[in-house]
Amino acid sequence: MKGVAITGMGIISSIGNSVEENYISLIENKIGISRIENIPTVHADVIKVGEIKKTNEELVSELHLPESNNFSRTAMIGAIAAKQAVENAGITSINEFRTGLISATSVGGMDMTETHYYDYFENPDLVKYISCHDGGDVAQKIAEELGLKGMVTTISTACSSAANSIMLGARLIKTGKLDRVIVGGTDALAKFTINGFKTLMILSDDYNKPFDNTRKGLNLGEAAAFLVLESDEIVAKQNKKVLARVSGYGNANDAFHQTASSENGDGAYLAMKKAFEVSGLRPSEIDYINVHGTATPNNDLSEGRALLRIYKDEKVPDFSSTKPFTGHTLAAAAAIEAVYSVLAIQNSVVYPNLNFEVPMEEFELEPQKTLKMKNIEHVLSNSFGFGGNCSTLIFSKN
Amino acid sequence: MKKTYINGVGCISTQKTFDTVFFEEAIVNTTENVLAVVAPVYKDYISPAAIRRMAKGVKNGIVASALAMKDANVENVDAIITGTGLGCIEDSEKFLKNILDNNEEFLTPTSFIQSTHNTVGAQIALSLQCKGYNFTYVNGAVSFESALLDAKMQIEEAEANSILVGGVDENGEYTVSLFKLAGRIKNENDLPSNVLNANSTGAVYGEGASFFVLENERKESTYAEILDVEIINTLGKNEVETALVSFLKTNNLQISDLDAVVLGLDGNAASDFYYKNLSENTFAQTPQVYYKHLSGAYDTASAFALWMASKIIKTQEIPEIIKVNSVSKPSYNTILLYNQSNGKNHSFTLLSK
Repeated sequence: MKGVAITGMGIISSIGNSVEENYISLIENKIGISRIENIPTVHADVIKVGEIKKTNEELVSELHLPESNNFSRTAMIGAIAAKQAVENAGITSINEFRTGLISATSVGGMDMTETHYYDYFENPDLVKYISCHDGGDVAQKIAEELGLKGMVTTISTACSSAANSIMLGARLIKTGKLDRVIVGGTDALAKFTINGFKTLMILSDDYNKPFDNTRKGLNLGEAAAFLVLESDEIVAKQNKKVLARVSGYGNANDAFHQTASSENGDGAYLAMKKAFEVSGLRPSEIDYINVHGTATPNNDLSEGRALLRIYKDEKVPDFSSTKPFTGHTLAAAAAIEAVYSVLAIQNSVVYPNLNFEVPMEEFELEPQKTLKMKNIEHVLSNSFGFGGNCSTLIFSKN
Repeated sequence: MKKTYINGVGCISTQKTFDTVFFEEAIVNTTENVLAVVAPVYKDYISPAAIRRMAKGVKNGIVASALAMKDANVENVDAIITGTGLGCIEDSEKFLKNILDNNEEFLTPTSFIQSTHNTVGAQIALSLQCKGYNFTYVNGAVSFESALLDAKMQIEEAEANSILVGGVDENGEYTVSLFKLAGRIKNENDLPSNVLNANSTGAVYGEGASFFVLENERKESTYAEILDVEIINTLGKNEVETALVSFLKTNNLQISDLDAVVLGLDGNAASDFYYKNLSENTFAQTPQVYYKHLSGAYDTASAFALWMASKIIKTQEIPEIIKVNSVSKPSYNTILLYNQSNGKNHSFTLLSK
């Protein structure tokens, strides 16, 4: 199939405040993993995170929000990325066509909730933040910042959320329900998730090392990214530049465990298989795989096995995880990695899987260790989340 | 393009909506501002060990989905799509309180794991061993309609033949106290509540889980066909009727074709006008029904409304307890549902026999 056109992208992450900055960091090995500064936590000296080095005050002023605003950090970085994407797509009249917004988040406004939880009853000025807790409020804020009035919804399937928002957006365009959809995800760092992953004992105290035999776990990160998907009618009518296309997608459930992935990567295998079916591509046509690669012992083993099942006797293409740069940005991960996948296609580049040293003992899979230039027609991107949620997207050159 | 049929329903709500034909045991409670579910016998559906471990929303979701599947006479489905406003909020509260009270120490992961929004959909998939498509939508009052729209698209495009779709929310004690503080829940002093003639702001809150088996073929158990679902984020006070008429027009219908309309009236004087204008003018000659006086208001209460509308079509009867006006029709074959929340997240759902 031809795939759904991507005509704009926006991103803010620990490796940059724009698409260009993110790209430069990726090709110049500038990582965004550091000590946490914006959240007071007892784990500050132990964990490393992919933090956006902007305070909430700085984000408020960047968005020109009034003093009375009740934006969560998740909503602010989401709004920044979505605005960039809309601008990049050259959209000046947001409601001109049937336009939707599909956001994704796992923490929503938890950053505000956890900061003010016990103070609401003492301080009336804080009460405005109560309503920003829920996931839908983030999309509401972004829609208002964009002036978008049509269909707005949010997907929350943990760490695969944004892949699913891109998938839904592509389907809404393919079925003709909408002409234009802004899709992506956003998640800010929060004490809630830091402590949650800490209790699961999957946080590394060092830089994360995807697909390495000595990997110890993930670094959490925060980010937001949005992409603009448009129908071929709009692309033709407005002579739009197409950055790349969403040519395949698949979602499946591992149905194995609430948080752990199955040993054989059933869900991951099924998600990739479906994406190939939708795209009509063969696995051998993929030039680069942006793996989920969280660097937890469980994920990389399960994902690796799923890749080997897909490729059977064939060679697994060049693959890398970009999480050593950004950390694992949860519900935003698939959105930022979608941006990176499009950039890989545009710039003919495979990003290095940083920090990799020792191949895993279970199989012979080695990620691409250094920056590699080559023509890229198709990129496959995986994202997996709690609840066995497995998603695969395929991006193709126009 | 395949058509979408509701072939099985299951509802756990603040009324006794399981083991009943319809609303014969329903009671209107106007003296409380938060209503709790009438719990089914969980152990008939879930093992005792799992009952202790599971969140309220997960338990209700599992029972409601089991009821729907039994009703539709299906053993498994191709996909599971869930809508929830706040997910398993009790577990979010518990984990957050532990973080704050113990200064980020001595934590266990159980409540963190359960707090993830897609826990209900994931647990149903796990219990059914369903490896198909599994999405969870979290967008306030359109969380459930998002799931419904997605499911309808899957069936139309033949991506799935049978789908379990549901809306589930649970009340958490501390969140309820915050909602009272923020005015989202009606003040105790404003009780008794009156949903039809709102005299105060806020709403009486509820909780529940309503699940449906949607399939691409009509069968003996069929309740209704889902003709269309539309979600609109923002509509001005005077834009609702126009949007509604154009939605009907897309489906080759006009107002006079409707046999009933289900309104999301919630007794909130601050946003009631969205329904009032329709009720008094647009639908003056249409049988009107309401439900939040029975279910309470919550993000996915509109799933309760779909359960109710399905029952109306199947029984061809509108129980007295849900009538807004005295207009009646000889048959109830085409029903429109309209819901919104504080002027945002508007949805239209159209059913036909």
